[in-house]
Amino acid sequence: MSVADRNRLALLFRWVLLLLLLALAGGLAYALLSLPDQAPGLSERVTANMERSGVRNPVTAVLLNFRGYDTLLEMGVLLVALLGVWSLGTAAQQRRVVPEPVLSFLVGGLVPVMILMAGYLLWTGAHAPGGAFQAGSVLAASGILLLLSGKRLPAWLPGRSLRFVLVLGLGVFVAVGVTLMSASGLFLQYPSSLAGGLILFVEAAATLSIGVTLSALFLGGRPDQGE
Amino acid sequence: MNSSLLYALAGVGLFTLGLYALIVHTHLLRKILAINVMGSGVFLVLVALGGRIPGTPPDPVPHAMVITGIVVAVSATALALALMLRLRAETGQERLPEEPSGY
Repeated sequence: MSVADRNRLALLFRWVLLLLLLALAGGLAYALLSLPDQAPGLSERVTANMERSGVRNPVTAVLLNFRGYDTLLEMGVLLVALLGVWSLGTAAQQRRVVPEPVLSFLVGGLVPVMILMAGYLLWTGAHAPGGAFQAGSVLAASGILLLLSGKRLPAWLPGRSLRFVLVLGLGVFVAVGVTLMSASGLFLQYPSSLAGGLILFVEAAATLSIGVTLSALFLGGRPDQGE
Repeated sequence: MNSSLLYALAGVGLFTLGLYALIVHTHLLRKILAINVMGSGVFLVLVALGGRIPGTPPDPVPHAMVITGIVVAVSATALALALMLRLRAETGQERLPEEPSGY
């Protein structure tokens, strides 16, 4: 096949693909436009059960109480992704960054504020937008900022203590679920009097794990033991 | 036609653009970016449909699903990037072996 033929074939392929994708987009748009005007969804059931959820923010109630399974499994996904990254090799030797004075001053000032912010987001998640994932992301951002500005992990950290924090979120979640199962017979069935405290407990552990897991993912590999 | 339907249609547009890029480009970094654009489109559709009916508070269930989805997408992207870097270290290129180089 000559080069011209191949180019013509590639062009034809592009056009056929474009037409197929336009048909797909049209179908999806038609599906959206033909949705009924009034659909109850699940918001009424959420509103009706808010009293028993232990929190006042409906999104947190869905995440940690009504659909707790999703969040539990998601912590598992995070951990499995990190295991996958770690199994591919050790973190690339980052070049030693000597931070400029402005950068290290800025990082030194920002990181404590970001940790405080993470705590605030975690606490406020019970009654306003916020929660474990938002707090964990802020925590991860501060960790990445520290890594980018050349701060190294202390030698004792990559060992057991890092792994402990990584599994803490999933471990606490499963432990709370199993304990509740022995008490009430159903996995993750919070009694409504204790729900608020238990959710905050699970969320605090999840925040730590999410923050550290995302920072560890940023490293792109298993941290070296010896370093 | 209200504004949240417009957002949902924009989400469909993002999804389709991402799918096009995913099929057309052979560089793996572009494919990973394309999957992220597709995911953003899906999240936009979900959030928009949660607030579709005017005068009622938005449905919290799709919002919770999107929060979950974002974290999963971020961790999957990190794993994909690590796989891509490993592939480059092994073979010296960032595309799948059977694909002819181009684009």
